[in-house]
Amino acid sequence: MNHETNLKKIQQEWHGSLEHYLIGFIVSLILTLSSFFFVGARLFTEDTLIYTIVGLAIFQAIIQLIFFFHLGRETKPQWSRFSFYVMVTVLLTILIGSIWIMNDLNERMMSFMTEGHHHHD
Amino acid sequence: MNRPLTVHYQDTLEKHPDLSVPDPHQDSYAKNSMGFWMYLMTDALLFLTLFTSYAVYKVETFGGPTSQELFSLTTAFTETVVLLLSSLTCGLAVLAAVKDKRASSLFWLGVTFVLGAMFLTIEVKEFVEFFEKGAGWNRSAFLSAFFALVSTHGLHITAGLFWILVLSLQLIYQGITSDTFRRLVIFSMFWHFLDLVWIFIFTFVYLMGVI
Repeated sequence: MNHETNLKKIQQEWHGSLEHYLIGFIVSLILTLSSFFFVGARLFTEDTLIYTIVGLAIFQAIIQLIFFFHLGRETKPQWSRFSFYVMVTVLLTILIGSIWIMNDLNERMMSFMTEGHHHHD
Repeated sequence: MNRPLTVHYQDTLEKHPDLSVPDPHQDSYAKNSMGFWMYLMTDALLFLTLFTSYAVYKVETFGGPTSQELFSLTTAFTETVVLLLSSLTCGLAVLAAVKDKRASSLFWLGVTFVLGAMFLTIEVKEFVEFFEKGAGWNRSAFLSAFFALVSTHGLHITAGLFWILVLSLQLIYQGITSDTFRRLVIFSMFWHFLDLVWIFIFTFVYLMGVI
């Protein structure tokens, strides 16, 4: 087995291509335009709008991860993919945990303290 | 491993790779890019904590300016498109280097720099406007969290711009070698990451702030 990975070999095995970058760019642009348009034109109600743009953001992040980062195309062992999943797990724990806890605390406060805040019951 | 100091353009190849381990990726390209990916994962968690703080504090306007009053969607959209374009041109710089086209690679790196500088200029102008309206980072918790999050991203962009300068000099004086190619690829990972974070900034800060 030849372990000599030199520059030429890396260049030959390169995952990305012009098409990948262009697809990633154009899809991202469309998703961005949609988000801004939906909000600017106030196309939906507040809640629907929030879910829509968050969904569009996550979708665009996935598109960029695939087309710019080439995530998912590495050979085994897939350390990058694994560490990504670990990061996402920690991220979701901290994010959802913090927002849930702080929201819960807000609701336990007396009403006059939270006047003027937007929160859902 | 004793190597003479002048020979820094050769890949740090393990002369006797350990074949008993499951991972055969023991060249510096694979090791460094994986290590840098790990760093990006920790950087993502850093931004996460800033986002979470912002999520908690964004209603605490303390009688001061609110996001609806301050944020301009035109500004945010311009910044987004500029950064997205710079991510593309960065990818093009890497593709040129893959094909050993040094001049082309330097050109696209230059365009990336210009776009990044444009982004920073727009952002700094926006910050100055906020200060002049009395919406500095000390006005309210909302603004403190906003500035902490967006400035951290801006500082990363600034570091990226310096990185482009140094990398360009290396490409000019050393050409496309194992080392400079590896550094270019790692820079592109960094730059794409910053665009990724910006997606969440424009969604959760600017768009949600205007709804």
